[in-house]
Amino acid sequence: MRGYLLIESRDSFEGTSHFFDLARSLAHEAKEGPVTLFLVENGVLPARRCYASEQLAALAKDGVEILADEFSLRERAIGRERLIPEVKAVALDAALDLLVEGRKALWH
Amino acid sequence: MPKKILHIVESAYRATIEEQDDTVLWFTHAMKGAGADVSVLLRGNAVNYAVEGQDASGLSFGARKQTQPPRLDADVAKLASKGVEVFYIAEDAQARGLQATDLIGGPKSLAKNELPGLLARFDLVFHW
Amino acid sequence: MSTKKHLAFLLMDAPYEQARTTTGLRLIDLALKKGHDVTVFCYEGAVALAFAKQAPHANAVHGRDVEQEDHPNPKDWIAALVKLAAEKGSKLTWIQCGLCVDERGVGEAVQGTVRGSPADFLKAVETADNTLVIPTQ
Repeated sequence: MRGYLLIESRDSFEGTSHFFDLARSLAHEAKEGPVTLFLVENGVLPARRCYASEQLAALAKDGVEILADEFSLRERAIGRERLIPEVKAVALDAALDLLVEGRKALWH
Repeated sequence: MPKKILHIVESAYRATIEEQDDTVLWFTHAMKGAGADVSVLLRGNAVNYAVEGQDASGLSFGARKQTQPPRLDADVAKLASKGVEVFYIAEDAQARGLQATDLIGGPKSLAKNELPGLLARFDLVFHW
Repeated sequence: MSTKKHLAFLLMDAPYEQARTTTGLRLIDLALKKGHDVTVFCYEGAVALAFAKQAPHANAVHGRDVEQEDHPNPKDWIAALVKLAAEKGSKLTWIQCGLCVDERGVGEAVQGTVRGSPADFLKAVETADNTLVIPTQ
């Protein structure tokens, strides 16, 4: 079971719902392995508690692991204390490790 | 056994006049020609690539006329004729006011909820 | 058992246009630092990343001369990645899509890059342990 790595570089203020929908439906299927949504660049913006964070929280409830690139967060002055609890700040190494692990990787 | 590859094409009409084609469809053709086992899923605005009768002809810049405008519907049809399975997301087509009769023959309709099953068939999924 | 993997990346964005370029290079840098082999296929605007004639500039708005500004040119980042790979004993294969190079007139590229075609990308995909395509928008 290879699982999926979905890298989201665009923020959901611009309309990323189809990629989030994909993450949700892949997680529901479960038999293909775990699904991780890795937020980078402007993709981290909704991780700072705001109205758009609800989409991320809902994804986490649906079984999607949500990680956010520490550098992208710092670049945008999003302190860890401002993150919704469902998002974990990590080094970009985590995305690389998932690639090395063999996750099917899609970039949006 | 070659790896089974799915190209999800979302970006549409990006530099298609300058390039005289869609560079991701072109890339898919080239990979197929090199022996790839590749399929295509059109989503978002790219579902419009399957619409019959797209016409980008007639442009000129000063005296420089474009003699080979893109023919995206033909490029999609050619993929299908080369044995590349082409799908499109039904809901995206519907959202854009498209009916099956607007489209060229060949591409297969796929509902969004069928996506996990489709992706599971492939070793690699490239999202363009 | 060796933990060394072969990862393939496809980049599409031209220099100075998108954050994706930086993230892509960060991933490649990390992969090389961890000792993995990497193949990069540059498609479309990304072929200009390695263009040898990029030049740094001063920044009057920031009040910095050329030296102070230390403006990064992607070609230097790529040259540094080539050097890093050699130091780590990793293989970095940097392939420029030939037709994309021709239409953009960026044939002069830094050392360590080669001209190729989609067939070369396919070869890399078939041999790599995993592949990530970073598309343009």
